Amino acid sequence: MSDNIPYIHVENLQKHFKGGIHALNGIDCDISSGEVVVIIGPSGSGKSTFLRSLNLLEMPTGGSIYVGGVNILAKGVNIDLHRRKMCMVFQHFHLFPHMTVLKNMTLAPIKLLKQNREEAEAKARELLERVGLGNRADAYPSQLSGGQKQRVAIVRALMMEPEVMLFDEPTSALDPEMVGEVLTVMKELAAEGMTMVVVTHEMGFAREVGNRVLFMDEGKIMEQGSPEEIFGNPKHPRLQEFLSKVL
Amino acid sequence: MSKWFTQLEEDFHLNFIEEGRWRWLVEGLGNTLIITFFALLIGLVIGIVVAAVRSTHDKNRETMAKGFGYVLLKIANVICHIYLTILRGTPIVVQLLIMYFIVFASSRNSMLVAIIAFGINSGAYVAEILRGGIMSIDNGQFEAGRSLGFNYPQTMVHIIIPQVFKNVLPTLCNEFIVLLKETSIAGYVGIVDLAKAGDLIRGRTFSAFMPLIAVALIYLAMVIILSSLVGVLERRLRRSER
Repeated sequence: MSDNIPYIHVENLQKHFKGGIHALNGIDCDISSGEVVVIIGPSGSGKSTFLRSLNLLEMPTGGSIYVGGVNILAKGVNIDLHRRKMCMVFQHFHLFPHMTVLKNMTLAPIKLLKQNREEAEAKARELLERVGLGNRADAYPSQLSGGQKQRVAIVRALMMEPEVMLFDEPTSALDPEMVGEVLTVMKELAAEGMTMVVVTHEMGFAREVGNRVLFMDEGKIMEQGSPEEIFGNPKHPRLQEFLSKVL
Repeated sequence: MSKWFTQLEEDFHLNFIEEGRWRWLVEGLGNTLIITFFALLIGLVIGIVVAAVRSTHDKNRETMAKGFGYVLLKIANVICHIYLTILRGTPIVVQLLIMYFIVFASSRNSMLVAIIAFGINSGAYVAEILRGGIMSIDNGQFEAGRSLGFNYPQTMVHIIIPQVFKNVLPTLCNEFIVLLKETSIAGYVGIVDLAKAGDLIRGRTFSAFMPLIAVALIYLAMVIILSSLVGVLERRLRRSER
């Protein structure tokens, strides 16, 4: 799938928060279709802000983001259409608590993609089956474990058939024994060729699944490269320090 | 003891049966219900609009493009703010009198004036109840909706409002009960509502106990019925969450 034109092209991205925090300080980055990019870095380094900027949950204060050749920061771009192609999985799942799992998954396809109910539900059940939750379609989110919730959140996003999946620390809020089941789903997705941008503290995942690892600190990409380079031969002193703490 | 009962019976007869005085209570009850019902409708409509303006402003002011829509929203928000401050900052009796003797001085339709006065007043409280409900929903719910591709109004309608409604129902019910009881000041502008009806009977019969207790019991009965209806509705809504 990986043609030479990057699917996402980010140029000199800036984000100043009110109150003076300079969360992103000139990010330049290309992400190709089918690539799995893992972003690591200490907390406060701007990695979540960067990820959230990609679908404009965070409004950058400078720079540009091209997705499929379109500058999504330009005036008159329909950001809602754009977001359908870049679905986000959150640290705290954010399932809709007043709907069943099935309803959570079918709401957006029915309302936005105008799929009919039978079609959407059939697809939802198939996806649930694939992530091992075939029997929980009629459960409410409060009846699920953290790992189950996150798997539902992933398949809910997949219902929109996105081009890119953004993961914002998807396993950070999970009990340790539930991390594996979510990572397994993500690995399968990666193997199917889904373009993924993942902010995570799971170095094992970064090493095993990532095509490329970005190390961020102080709002900048300090170093990037293949997992072998980043973990085997880190050059930047901040990266060396970071890895010595987390590995 | 039996003397006491005889006394009570005579009292009852004097206050309600003689000259068909019970008809005042019926008429009063009717007017109270009419005012409450229509004021409630007006209050809900105003409340929803004001809450929508205020919460849209609070949620979007940082991310919105600084164009025409932004200015419009800013102005609307300021107007809503002034409305809330005035309506919640002055007693409803004074508002009612101002409406009757100043704003609608040329109108002699006191029922209509009262409905408008109570509706506008109730709207302020409903607006703040709804806004509180909207702001109390975890911002992640908005983000989840937006990240799936829903725009702001769609996120509101499909994801946020159903949760808000469930959360604020008890408080909203409380507001309706307050409204029902507040209409008892409608007598100030010459309306025979339930409270005024009791008053009129008392003025005729010079006995206070029967008419006032009767009026109190009728209000109490209405409030109990209303509360239990909402209780049923609340339990049905809760069923979706364990």
